[in-house]
Amino acid sequence: MTTTAPDSDDAPADESAATTDADADAPLLQVRELEKSFGGITAVDGATFEVERGTITGLIGPNGAGKSTTFDLVTGVQTPDSGQVVFDGTDITGWRPHQAANRGLVRTFQIARELDEMTVLENAMLAPRGQVGENLWRAVLPGVRKEVVRQEEQLREQAWETLEFLELDHLAEEYAGALSGGQRKLLELARVLMIEPEMILLDEPLAGVNPTLEEKLLDRLHSLRDDGYTFLLVEHDMDVIMNHCEPVIVLHQGEVLVEGSPEQVKNDDRVLEAYLGGEV
Amino acid sequence: MSARVDDGMAAVSEWFDGRSDAALLLVLAVGLYALFTGVSLVLGYDLGGIVNTLRRITFLSAIYAMLVLALNLQWGYTGLFNLGVAGFMAVGVYTMGMLSTAPTTNPPGLGLPLPIGILGGVIAAALVGAVASLPALRLRGDYLAIVTLAFSEIVRLTYRSPVFETFSVAGLSLGTGGSTGMSLPTNPIRILFYENSQEVTSPPSAFGEAVFGTFEAIGVRAPVVEGTAYAIVLLFVVAGVYALLRRVGNSPFGRVLKAIREDETVAGALGKDTRLFKVKVFALGCGLMGLAAILWRIGGLASTADFRPITTFYVFVALIIGGAGSNTGSVVGGAVFASLLFEGPNFVRRVVTQYVDIGIGQTPSTIFEAVGPLASLDVTPLLAYTISDVNVSALRLVLLGVVLIYLIQNRPEGLLGHRTETAASVDLSERPGGEDR
Ligand SMILES: Nc1ncnc2c1ncn2[C@@H]1O[C@H](COP(=O)(O)OP(=O)(O)OP(=O)(O)O)[C@@H](O)[C@H]1O
Ligand SMILES: [Mg+2]
Repeated sequence: MTTTAPDSDDAPADESAATTDADADAPLLQVRELEKSFGGITAVDGATFEVERGTITGLIGPNGAGKSTTFDLVTGVQTPDSGQVVFDGTDITGWRPHQAANRGLVRTFQIARELDEMTVLENAMLAPRGQVGENLWRAVLPGVRKEVVRQEEQLREQAWETLEFLELDHLAEEYAGALSGGQRKLLELARVLMIEPEMILLDEPLAGVNPTLEEKLLDRLHSLRDDGYTFLLVEHDMDVIMNHCEPVIVLHQGEVLVEGSPEQVKNDDRVLEAYLGGEV
Repeated sequence: MSARVDDGMAAVSEWFDGRSDAALLLVLAVGLYALFTGVSLVLGYDLGGIVNTLRRITFLSAIYAMLVLALNLQWGYTGLFNLGVAGFMAVGVYTMGMLSTAPTTNPPGLGLPLPIGILGGVIAAALVGAVASLPALRLRGDYLAIVTLAFSEIVRLTYRSPVFETFSVAGLSLGTGGSTGMSLPTNPIRILFYENSQEVTSPPSAFGEAVFGTFEAIGVRAPVVEGTAYAIVLLFVVAGVYALLRRVGNSPFGRVLKAIREDETVAGALGKDTRLFKVKVFALGCGLMGLAAILWRIGGLASTADFRPITTFYVFVALIIGGAGSNTGSVVGGAVFASLLFEGPNFVRRVVTQYVDIGIGQTPSTIFEAVGPLASLDVTPLLAYTISDVNVSALRLVLLGVVLIYLIQNRPEGLLGHRTETAASVDLSERPGGEDR
């Protein structure tokens, strides 16, 4: 951790920077033949795709295409009926969410899930990995607690910076339950940024965010990508997808329909059909 | 009338909000002591009687404060609905008893030194708590409630069972005493005052003799002195537990607990191994419940009647009064519950019997006989019925019901539950040096 230069904010954690493995060119996330049904509904039906390192990959599809469920399956919130998820060369199929998160793969929720009775600052400080004070003894015993306090001071500063960037700093001491819809989305984003993971799955992070801040967030995504982060972005706003994502994956009825550059996807008849057909 | 009560409550809570925790607890203590001194004077008690009254409410308040603090960690902080409080208390007490009572008593124990017995009881309660929580941790909250409630009844019935009245393991005899109960080692406070603290008949030590003599002169007898000394020690134990749980709460560990309470899925998605945290919280909380129960019963009898689900209910009520989620609230709730709601009805009964001539043998035996004379405006039979020995615990329950309904309608967060006790090991209320950089 950079104790001396806290201003060099948001550098990815040490472990995530060390991706100079032999398979540095291999895709960061590989999803193979993923399947999940709920009773009669097959939400994900053999989805197979890959996400390359250092990209902002778009994931689009009509309502009910299975995008959110795919996120759930990839991050372990739900277990797939069959199929495989490989992250950074490790088979993480069936891992529990905290394991995936600690491995560097985190997600946001489509419907923002705030920790209502915790303050915005507490929400942000909760997220980071490797907090020594999460160990019961260390949090309590007088001698070792010093280290916890020192780390907490650092985290507090980091949290303030993140909140400042997301224009939430004036709300730092409010309960998260008091935030508006758009502010909740931002806090959700603040939390995953605080984790400093390798890859972030964003489920409609811009819904309800004002256009000025939206531009700023997208800029930020690009600069984070340049720093080595990888994003998989679900978004219904086609302008965002066309201008900021490369490549774009189209999901339809739980399957990958098309995959390619924004141009290719835009001009593909099957995509148009899926969207029109989906509306009926 | 009701508007005025509400105004009063609002004023009280506003006042509460502005105080530091220490001032608040001090004011509460002074208020309760003043009230009970007054009641004792009304009852015509001498100094010994007054001291004994204050001893009794201090003792009960301290025990309940500990229990409520432990439950607050589980329910208030983490949202774990543990309905087995009484069971874990029983595990603590019975384990301590079996480890430390002398092999010669009936039922026999192992006769190990008391500190080992107490530590053993606490560890047993913690382990049993952790194990009991395991099957339920994968399930939703309500299942944990059902599992723990059933568990506490199983524990109670096991200790009550004739099978374990006396039994032997590896050639050592042990026993729970079954339905007659088990007499526990003498109160360790006796070390201060007696030559041989474990002998009930032991003569006082030189120090004990001096202390007892001094207090006897002003009308406070030896057992009251002993009990008062013990109650004071308990206050220090409560302070210790409070400090411990405050640290636990105000730390990254406590932050994760709150997150689990708010939304376990989110906590998991942010990389927290929520099950591990829940097991730890269960173990720590149940261990403390075991400790509280040991300190409650030591020097007396362990009986399964003390560990019925009603005991769990009492602890929950106390926590709701104080305000789930607040450690200071837990202590306030414990003290208010123990002195006003638990002991209060007994004092009401004493005051009424002293000032209303009920007449020996006149107490009606059914509610109908009690209500009937109301027609001729004679309230004495109803009063006598309400406060008779048998019905005082029913009176207590009615009182609890009224208080709960009032709280849920007017102040669902309890006296102190709305306070922000931010979970961090550092102050979050300002950003040191943040702006000017
Ligand atoms: N827990 C569940 N139980 C039953 N059905 C579910 C569940 N979760 C999702 N589904 C169903 O699975 C299908 C895919 O849902 P999903 O939320 O993944 O779609 P989506 O692509 O994220 O849609 P949207 O763009 O509207 O967010 C839908 O038909 C939905 O009704
Ligand atoms: Mg969705």
